[in-house]
Amino acid sequence: MFFALSIIFVVLLIIYEMFIDSSQSREKFGFGFIFSSDWEPVKEEFGALTFIYGTVVSSLIALAIALPISIGVAVFLSEIAGKTVGTSIGFLIEILAAIPSIIYGFWGIFVLAPYMRESFQPFLQNYLGFIPLFQGTPFGFGMMTAGIILAIMITPIISSITRDVLKAIPVSQREAAYALGATKWEAIKMALLNAKSGILGATVLGLGRAVGETMAVTMVIGNRAQIKTSLFEPAYSMASVIANEFAEASGQMHISSLIEVGLILFGVTFIINSLARFLIFSVTRKADMK
Amino acid sequence: MRKEDLLFDKKNLRKRKIINTIMLSLCIIAAAMAVVPLIYIFFYTAGAGLTSLNFDFFTALPKPFGEDGGGMVNAIVGTVILIGLGGLFGIPIGILTGIYVSEYSGSLMSNVVKFITDVLSGIPSIVIGIFAYGLIVLPMQRFSALAGGFALGILMIPTVTRITEEMLKLVPQTLREASLALGISRWKTTLRITLRTASSGIITGVLLAIARAAGETAPLLFTSFGNSFWSTSLDQPMASIPVQIFNYAISPYDEWHRKAWAGAFVLISIVFIVNLIVRVVTRNKYSGSV
Amino acid sequence: MQEVLINTDILTEENIPEKTKKGIAALSTVGLTVTFDSRPAISDVNISFLKNKVTSIIGPSGCGKSTLLRSFNYMHDLIPKSEVTGKIIVLGKNINEYDSVGLRKKVGMVFQKPNPFPTLSVFENVVAGLKYTGNNKKSELEEICENVLKLSGLWDEVKDRLKVSALALSGGQQQRLCIARTLAVSPDIILMDEPTSALDPISTSKIEESIFHLKQNYTLIIVTHNMQQAARVSDYTAYMYLGKLIELASTRKIFTSPSEKLTEEYITGKFG
Repeated sequence: MFFALSIIFVVLLIIYEMFIDSSQSREKFGFGFIFSSDWEPVKEEFGALTFIYGTVVSSLIALAIALPISIGVAVFLSEIAGKTVGTSIGFLIEILAAIPSIIYGFWGIFVLAPYMRESFQPFLQNYLGFIPLFQGTPFGFGMMTAGIILAIMITPIISSITRDVLKAIPVSQREAAYALGATKWEAIKMALLNAKSGILGATVLGLGRAVGETMAVTMVIGNRAQIKTSLFEPAYSMASVIANEFAEASGQMHISSLIEVGLILFGVTFIINSLARFLIFSVTRKADMK
Repeated sequence: MRKEDLLFDKKNLRKRKIINTIMLSLCIIAAAMAVVPLIYIFFYTAGAGLTSLNFDFFTALPKPFGEDGGGMVNAIVGTVILIGLGGLFGIPIGILTGIYVSEYSGSLMSNVVKFITDVLSGIPSIVIGIFAYGLIVLPMQRFSALAGGFALGILMIPTVTRITEEMLKLVPQTLREASLALGISRWKTTLRITLRTASSGIITGVLLAIARAAGETAPLLFTSFGNSFWSTSLDQPMASIPVQIFNYAISPYDEWHRKAWAGAFVLISIVFIVNLIVRVVTRNKYSGSV
Repeated sequence: MQEVLINTDILTEENIPEKTKKGIAALSTVGLTVTFDSRPAISDVNISFLKNKVTSIIGPSGCGKSTLLRSFNYMHDLIPKSEVTGKIIVLGKNINEYDSVGLRKKVGMVFQKPNPFPTLSVFENVVAGLKYTGNNKKSELEEICENVLKLSGLWDEVKDRLKVSALALSGGQQQRLCIARTLAVSPDIILMDEPTSALDPISTSKIEESIFHLKQNYTLIIVTHNMQQAARVSDYTAYMYLGKLIELASTRKIFTSPSEKLTEEYITGKFG
């Protein structure tokens, strides 16, 4: 009982702690902190907009790639693959979720980023270069690479929860569709439609992970505080600026501002995760009642 | 009219079947796409890591750049100490919280605790790092192993709690009732009967938490920091494998990169082995119900 | 639909009701055996179901009546390690000549528990099967929807609520919705697997009423554990026991003077 309460205490303490430690920056910049893109430690001018932008865009790229793939994986695991294949691939994907992010980042630096610079991005530029998103010099390190590495990292999360949600849909639903002459895909589509709030929950949970991911992003996003249309350009995310600058911050205001960035990050992930848990909970509870 | 309908039906059926085949194939392709990065990362890390993995890696201290050889023994010992420190309070709190949530499930308080645990597991690890920084590094005015261990401990709690809870729920209710009916108090029943029955499951949870903590980098960057020398004192900065990998990875030296790959291979092997153990243990025990 | 006289060699089997010699079989089986994981669930069943009649299958639980029913529209496909041997003739064609999708359109099924699609409205549920076949003309769909809801006796209750979620209906209404949904695909044969076992007496009587109307245009095969229901709604009744077909005869004969001793024991409540 006491220990159970201590966990609540810890979370409250985290919030309190970060709130107090960021007071200096909050008092000086107010809400302007969120809307300013200045980040100049020397002049003690701080604003988090570029980092918020970097986090949001890289996470959205990740979702756009990971969501369709994850749904495909989940459908494969729960509806297509036999038991042996399903469990072994499910296991591989679970391991994918457990690999430390530093290794993803490391791999990103030495394999993914060079590949992006030399093959993938020039390819995109050749064929889709008329879209501003794909213009400019292909650096390799940048928004797009960060998004792709995040996509690899969140696919296991989204797909394993989606698989569980699909498995919670009663067989009678599938039978009903088949009995009306549905093809396998049509029956699956019906199950997916049923599971949509659970899938949404899984997606949001994946988003939460992408937003908070630090090391892998720090290692491939390029770490340049700028807002550019092109996805080839380097950018910066909330978590990476903390990782890079915190240990060698140049003074109280700098630290305080970094902690405020952390506070924003905390707030965002808190909301995202609560939402996700709520969505997943509402689906699995329904399944429990049946 | 009827004949036309039939014809239309036939054509339509062919179209539906083609769509069916296409969509099902796409799902299989998605599953392949999700597994490929894993296999790629795993073998790439193994290939790059194994060549520079030798006896020295586990026994020698890092050498400054320019000198050949050297290892990561300080980081390996550092990681063990940090995990030990974290486990010292993270594991008991995690288990006790799990007991609380499972044995008192249904009450408002246990739902709140469950929710908070979920939230805690979603907080980005870098934010936990800031928390440990504010709580321990600032008052001590120094980076320390203590702060790093503390951060890892907090990160372990949600994993341990969740698995403890799940494992306890698998213990049949009749077992509890049987014990209670013998006049054994509720607390003793939980401790002696329920917990013992679920012990192997809980151990797997602890293993998973350790594997996860072993790979955490972000919260250590500005808590335990890093150290190129041998140090076991808890109030001093301490090296750890992931931070060492990070520092080597972003350095420009090939020799260091090779060291980092070796470290990465060690980490990935730990993750792989732990997950394999967990899989085998849980399958043997709960094959019927899982 | 092709019409076919019951094959004479099936007719000579002693378990075919005598009065049906002139009848037309919508569905018949020869030596049908279904095994799960190589354990037989039903073995060597020879049975015929007459067109535009209601046939009930009764028997104690586990006797294989649902298994028999589900083999008629390939529902065993969904269960791994199941194997079907023997011959099933559906509407004059061997069942092998159908693919599963085509077969299920000819042979509709209503399940034990109402299973409407929870995310769809009443209207969308009814036309769900038609949508698969690519029929998207709104006026046509509405017409079909009204027709089948009338047939299943639900129209008056839901005509103002077609847009609400199917889950807003009561259990009995949901089951009639499922019947309507099955009718909308215009099958020739309708399988019902204990369609009223999850329902209250009033809903049950409404469904039985609609079964009575349906047999003018459809062949119905109903699995039920409720003997009174079999007596009330069906023209023919089959009794199964331990995976075997014991007796098939007109309902009146089964309930008044069954030829088999086993049937008599079950009917009179000596066991089961």
